[in-house]
This record gives sequence, structure tokens and C-alpha cells, in this order.
Amino acid sequence: MYIVYLIVYGFILTAVLGLVASWVDRKVTARVQYRKGPPFFQPWYDIIKLLGKETIIPKQSSKAMFVMAPLLGFSAVVMVSTLLWANNNNLFNSFLGDIIVIVYLLAIPSIAIMMGGFASGNPLARIGASREMKLLLGYELPFILAILVPIIKSGFSLKLADILSFQAQNGAFALQASGILALVVLVLCVQAKLGLVPFDIPEAETEIIAGPLVEYSGAGLAVFRLMKHMLLFTLPFFLIILFLGGMKFEGITILYSVLKYVAILVVITVIRNTNPRLRIDQAMRFFWGPVTGIAVIAVVLAVIGW
Amino acid sequence: MSLKLRALLKSPWVFHLATGSCNNCDIEVLDCLTPRFDIERFGMLLAPSIKHADILLVTGSCNRKSAIRLERLYKQAPQPCLVVAIGECSMSRGMFIHSYNCPLPLDKIVPVSAYIPGCPPKPEAIIAGAVTLIQTIKGTL
Ligand code: SF4
Repeated sequence: MYIVYLIVYGFILTAVLGLVASWVDRKVTARVQYRKGPPFFQPWYDIIKLLGKETIIPKQSSKAMFVMAPLLGFSAVVMVSTLLWANNNNLFNSFLGDIIVIVYLLAIPSIAIMMGGFASGNPLARIGASREMKLLLGYELPFILAILVPIIKSGFSLKLADILSFQAQNGAFALQASGILALVVLVLCVQAKLGLVPFDIPEAETEIIAGPLVEYSGAGLAVFRLMKHMLLFTLPFFLIILFLGGMKFEGITILYSVLKYVAILVVITVIRNTNPRLRIDQAMRFFWGPVTGIAVIAVVLAVIGW
Repeated sequence: MSLKLRALLKSPWVFHLATGSCNNCDIEVLDCLTPRFDIERFGMLLAPSIKHADILLVTGSCNRKSAIRLERLYKQAPQPCLVVAIGECSMSRGMFIHSYNCPLPLDKIVPVSAYIPGCPPKPEAIIAGAVTLIQTIKGTL
């Protein structure tokens, strides 16, 4: 049973949806800039091409780490999406504290990118990795504070199933004041977790080439890209479970579920297309200042019961 | 045609190297990336690092300093990697042919797969060259 969830839902379905989502992202970006944009199967071609190319391992790198890092991040994303799908499809699959497990696992892709960057022995990759680390420190605080809101609202439960069933009875958290604030905070944190434009500081192509990924080629790069595409599906899915009552797939509710996901994806894409890149100190100040402030207000409102 | 090759032809990422050009060719290469010409239609992206690239776009006349770098860069590229010479300078050294500083034309240093003439070539010519290259590879296999 769990194997089925791991392979069918966690890996195949999430990968397919993530690749489609990344095409939507690129196409919307192209349309915003009055371009035609890539064809539908473009992300597939990219991944297949990269898998077929030569993999170069730099001489000064620490080889085991360099090879392991993409696999580590990728397997963490597969685990997260497995947990989310298992909870979404059947509430009895939940166990106490699975939210904590997910929060931990969601930090691992960033850590994998850091590991890969530091292991590759390239100075630009090291700069990128250290920026990634600072960014992680920045957004993790408001991220966790905002996740406290649905936990408090559902009667201090650390089970995703309780959060889902509470929302099924009392309406989605995003309809309440604290829920809206927390959702705004989380969308910003997700933007940083995905490494998209206002917060693509670690990869900053115009200053440090591709940051931590600069030395990756072939299969390693393919796995990192697939990991990012899957995160593009998994993180909005996590937000939908926490605030919008999960995704249901019976009859007309399919449309509603797709609409929820597309809405979040479009918000992310629009933010990415209308903002310039921040500096790392500005990003830290932004996350520890206003964003954490909003998150604290949301938690206080949730405790009061709004 | 194998799936690998088909995917390669559908998403050739380009890396742009200027080996001492007068900068006009580079600007025309950048023009190809603008919304008006939009080479992302063909799946082409500007690769930030040579390790990610499938096509090496070379502009300029390969002077003594940059010829060494060009060779090193070509060796660092993961195979398969094609080289495209853009502009008169990189094809035959153009007006710098008698210069003390340009000892060799580009195709004596690295193997070149496509030549796009012009001083500088129009973005349309660059796109046409890239598409012809893709079709030639398709045709020969
Ligand atoms: S071919 Fe002409 S435009 Fe291009 S670099 Fe040489 S001189 Fe400049």
C-alpha cells in the first residue's frame, strides 16, 4: 500500500504534474512578455536531454557529496509528496506529528542544494550555497510561524488529517482573517523556497552564473531540475491542504481542486514576473521584519479565535 | 532517431562566448533572446554555465589570449556539444585577418558545426542558422 503511494502518487503523479506546472509557469511568463513561449513538452525534453548528457565531476570536488546531493533533495521531495497525497486521499493514513516531518523534509531540498554547492569546489557555487543558507535562515522563521495558524485553529492538532477534517466541517481556514494573513506569508515563503525571482538570490544568473548548480551537468542537473519542478507542485499542494481544505477528486470538485492549485500557481508566476531580484540583506530584512510581523499577528489572531 | 537525440534537438541550450569581437555580434545574439525573436520557441535557453550548455556560440576573432580560453572551455563542455561560429570575425577573422593578434581562425582551434555569416548577422540569420543546423543533424541520422 505504502509502496503504491510512494511510486504512483509520490513520484510519478507529482513529477508529471510538476512538469506540467513548470510548463504553465514558462508559458505564462512568455505571454506576460508578449512572447510565444516553449511547446508543451519542453520540460520533458529538457529533463530527458540532461539525463542523456555527459556527467562531469570536477577534480577538486568531494565526489561522494557531489553525486549524493541531488538524490538527497529529490528523495526528500518524493517523501513529502507521498505524505501529502496519502493524507489527502485517505484521512486514516495520518499519524501524529506528520506536519513536523513535512516541515523538516521541506528544508532538505535547500540543504541538498547547499551541499552540492559546497561540495563542487567552485567559488561561485560556494557563494551561492552560502546565500542559500542565509535565505533558508530568513524564511524558515515566518514559515513555521504561519504553519502554526492552522495547527492552532484545528484545536492544537499536529495531524494533517485533523486539519483536513476540521476544514471539511467548518470551512476553509483561508476564509478567516488569520488564515488569509498566514496564507500571504506562506506564499512569500514558498516563493523563496522555490528560488523564484524576487528571491532567486542563490542562483542569480547575472552575478554568480548559476550559483550552487554551476558545476552540475548531465544527470545531476536533471535530478535537481526535476526536484524543483516537483516542488513547484508539492509546496502549493501543502498550502492547499493547510488552508484551502485539500484537493478532492469526485465529480465536479475536480474542477474546484484544479482551480485552487492554478490560482496559487498564477500568483507565484505573477510575483516572479513583476519583481526584480533582491539583495540577500534586503531579503533577510524583508523576511525577519514585515513578514515575520504579519505571521506573528496571524498567530495572535488565531489564538483569539478570529 | 533515438529519444536522447530528439530531446537534445528539442532543447539546445546555448552558451555565448565572445573571443574579442567588436561587440556587435554579441548584441545580435542577445537580440535573439528578446521577446521579438524569442528563441525559447525552439526550446533554446541561454545557459548560465558551460556545464549546462549544448551549443557554444562563438563570436569574435579568437585573439591570442582568448584562443587558449576557448580551447579550455570547449574541453569543459559536456559532450555532445556543438560549436556555432557567428559573424565574419569568427569564420575567417574578417577585417582582422592580417592582424598580428589573430593567428588562427576559429575552426582550426575547435571543430565548428555551423557558420553564420554577416558583419554582424541579423537575428533572423542566427535563428535560421540554428534551425538549419538542427535539421541537418536530423537529416543525417
Ligand atoms: S563579425 Fe563584424 S560585427 Fe561581428 S564581431 Fe566581427 S567586426 Fe564585429
